[in-house]
Amino acid sequence: MKAIFRMGIPVVGKNYFPSNIQGLPTWYEVRVTGDGYQSASNQLDIIIAMNAQTYQKDLLAVDAGGWLIYDSTWPRSKLLDRDDITVIGIPFSKLCNENFEGVRSRILMKNIAYVGALAALLKIDLDIIKELLNETFAAKKHLAASNLEAIMLGYNHVIENFACPLPLSVKPLNKTKNHVIIDGNTAAGLACVYAGATVGAWYPITPSTSLMDSFQAFCNQLRKCEKTKKNNFCIIQAEDELAAIGMVLGASWNGARAFTPTSGPGISLMSEFIGFAYYSELPAVIFDIQRAGPSTGMPTRTQQCDLMICAYASHGDTRHPLLFPSNPEECFYMTLSAFDLADELQTPIFVMSDLDIGMNDWMCPDLQWDNNYQPKRGKVLNAEQLDAMEKFYRYLDVDGDGITYRTLPGEHAKGSFFTRGSGHNKFGGYTEDSQEYQDVIDRLLVKWETARKMMPEAVIDYSKFNKTAIISYGSSDGASREALYRLKEQNKNYNYCCIKSFPFCKSAKDFINKHEKIFIVEQNRDAQMRSLLMLDLEIDPKKLISILHYNGNPIYANFIIEEVLKNEKKGVAA
Amino acid sequence: MTYIGKPNIVHPKAAKNSIGLSKRDYEGVVSTLCAGCGHDSITAAIIQAVFELDIQPHELGKMSGIGCSSKTPAYFVSQSHGFNSVHGRMPSVTTGANAANRDLTYIGVSGDGDSLSIGMGQFAHVIRRNLNMTYIIENNGVYGLTKGQYSASADIGSKAKKGPANQQKPIDPVSMGIALGATFVARGFSGDKEQLVPLIKAAIRHKGFGLLDIISPCVTFNDNVESTKSYSHVRKFYHQVIDTDFVPPADEIKAKYKKGEVMPIKLHDGSKIVFRKVDKQYDPTDRAGAYTYLRDSINKQEVITGLLYIDKECDDMHEIAQCSDRPLSKIPYEELVPGTGELAKIMNRFR
Repeated sequence: MKAIFRMGIPVVGKNYFPSNIQGLPTWYEVRVTGDGYQSASNQLDIIIAMNAQTYQKDLLAVDAGGWLIYDSTWPRSKLLDRDDITVIGIPFSKLCNENFEGVRSRILMKNIAYVGALAALLKIDLDIIKELLNETFAAKKHLAASNLEAIMLGYNHVIENFACPLPLSVKPLNKTKNHVIIDGNTAAGLACVYAGATVGAWYPITPSTSLMDSFQAFCNQLRKCEKTKKNNFCIIQAEDELAAIGMVLGASWNGARAFTPTSGPGISLMSEFIGFAYYSELPAVIFDIQRAGPSTGMPTRTQQCDLMICAYASHGDTRHPLLFPSNPEECFYMTLSAFDLADELQTPIFVMSDLDIGMNDWMCPDLQWDNNYQPKRGKVLNAEQLDAMEKFYRYLDVDGDGITYRTLPGEHAKGSFFTRGSGHNKFGGYTEDSQEYQDVIDRLLVKWETARKMMPEAVIDYSKFNKTAIISYGSSDGASREALYRLKEQNKNYNYCCIKSFPFCKSAKDFINKHEKIFIVEQNRDAQMRSLLMLDLEIDPKKLISILHYNGNPIYANFIIEEVLKNEKKGVAA
Repeated sequence: MTYIGKPNIVHPKAAKNSIGLSKRDYEGVVSTLCAGCGHDSITAAIIQAVFELDIQPHELGKMSGIGCSSKTPAYFVSQSHGFNSVHGRMPSVTTGANAANRDLTYIGVSGDGDSLSIGMGQFAHVIRRNLNMTYIIENNGVYGLTKGQYSASADIGSKAKKGPANQQKPIDPVSMGIALGATFVARGFSGDKEQLVPLIKAAIRHKGFGLLDIISPCVTFNDNVESTKSYSHVRKFYHQVIDTDFVPPADEIKAKYKKGEVMPIKLHDGSKIVFRKVDKQYDPTDRAGAYTYLRDSINKQEVITGLLYIDKECDDMHEIAQCSDRPLSKIPYEELVPGTGELAKIMNRFR
């Protein structure tokens, strides 16, 4: 995949893996397109069937006119054949058994030899493969040599025995310059370092774990004090998600930028504390790397199914801002926004990523950093300001925007106040007085409207001639854009709006109001974005038509195109 | 009901500590707990301890969960920062707070319900981390705010206002603390301020996790209905007529005894607890010995008090994690951000 990328050809990878440690089949899907489409595809031109267990399924999965490559060391049943595809048998096991010693290295090398076979069949640049091997095994040179030997076994066998290259092969392009291949969790973990986060608390859960791994790895590299070699960060693996969010709130109460990565089940557990943070007005950044299903569901499959629980997490009247990155690049920049917004709004902010964005390899433009960036820490009074004040009250709406001033423990004697989730008045004191309670809870609504103006704008692709539009968000964006492009080729034009945040900004509202019919593309069963739009903007449900993909695999363009066309046809018939 | 303020008058001759503050400066709002509640005596002991330790009020973090015990941080040191969190989760909040700013003093106040039932997991794990904090359990064996259910520390045979006597074994936080590897384990009694103040001071000054289990009688809900000498006898009579809570105006229990003596203390409800001060042969640095002694005392139905175990050498959370000596929240952003050049270098690793 990386070799193709270095040939200048856009490429994305999707990993389909089960929730286990070892022994169950895993698929890795590589999509190579000159157009640079980022989403999954339901078209499989070449399958390399390395697993006898799944051979029959893999055989059926290849599209007509495609190729199936398999290990021909052992014979396969005649029944398992297809006339409409080309089956290429290469004796990978035999080649490796003859050339390598030891069971372990024979098995490992078999999984390397196919790279050589593919290089020959698809005309992948061998020099680039060698260069990658040397980089990967820079510290273990003997491994570079043995891996190359395995690759050449596959390569030479194919050159000698088959007509190369296949009609479907790769040609060098110049489309990957200033781009990287990166997953969303890596990008988000890196952004936490750049945002100045110092406390990260978490409980391991698929598919969010690699976000903390990324933060830890970058911190070890970039966040050690030069003089003392001590850590300018503190990562705490908590006993559960309840504790993880508690730690985040304790740290942000004390003025550190703190975050926790988790997934749906973790959000369920964190809910009580999220309500606490909403009401006591503490910043927090929560990454929800969404996975499929209620309960344990399918932990290694993707969905966009936590919108409702995150938007309204916890009992009582609560609501929380959400951010919807569409790809790893946006994971990076939106993480920075999330920390700024959490500090400015003094409330938990959710970064709504998912397994597809978080754990799969995407091609993105290089992440850029502006050295002039200063974190927006919001309304925090320092010792000097407190000294000049007669008296400080925590929840007074001095500026009329619903955001009140806070102080940090230890800063100044005048800054002391009591943080509590129990009823409190605007002065910060405990109350059970109806009016005093309502004053604070109403002021939080003022803050909500302030938040609406601060959230990232929707990305809109608008031409006034269209009365019908498509809305999507997050990881559905790639497939939606591809669908739009391909529908356009059929002379079917739709306006497009990619939502980036909740509460919904004015531009999204205006967009919806300008259209008569809107398809909402999302990856959950219950049309959660559609519900949120109805709740927050009071949109007429009749004009919002759902296109829902929720089997756990990433959505793809053909699915959207078919659903759109089906609906349009129905409309004409009616 | 709202809290009640106190007149802010300090006697001109009131004693001051070395940072020029009088004990009044360490007080909080008026307690809304029942008159005679053991918790109020503990509050008074905390005030005395932090006053004597010359702690700057605004550099003190008062942490709590939910319950009668967790309300008490409002009743001491008003000039400090309080964090009244959610039920059973004070340890995690304090962990995060300490992670961000290791320079402050943290006193966590919890109860037997908050620590031994809903918060058992967090209680165990904050011990594992050896977080530098003082952790006080105001232990009364009963849920007060929800009107008198047994807690996990209720003794076998103790009776709630309604229903049968408790038949489940109590959880002893001190045995648990020693078994889990806590580095400072003490037990006190709310009625013995003379012993309590030095214990609290020692726990605050201990670098690491200071566990203080303080037996604190509940005057309202832990009455033994069998006792004719208790207010419960009178209350029983009233309850037959009308189902209304009745709070007797009991006085605080005052207990005085000397080292090595065994002394039975009558609680409000007339039941007996036998306290024993740790004798001179006792070695509070021997974890196994302390544990054996403790279990023996439980079998004899005694409640031993004092500093039961201490390990002064163990690393705390920050030392284990090799964190900066400076509070993380005070490190300037410029020292935290790697900059444009580093990001460009990182990007080259992803091609």
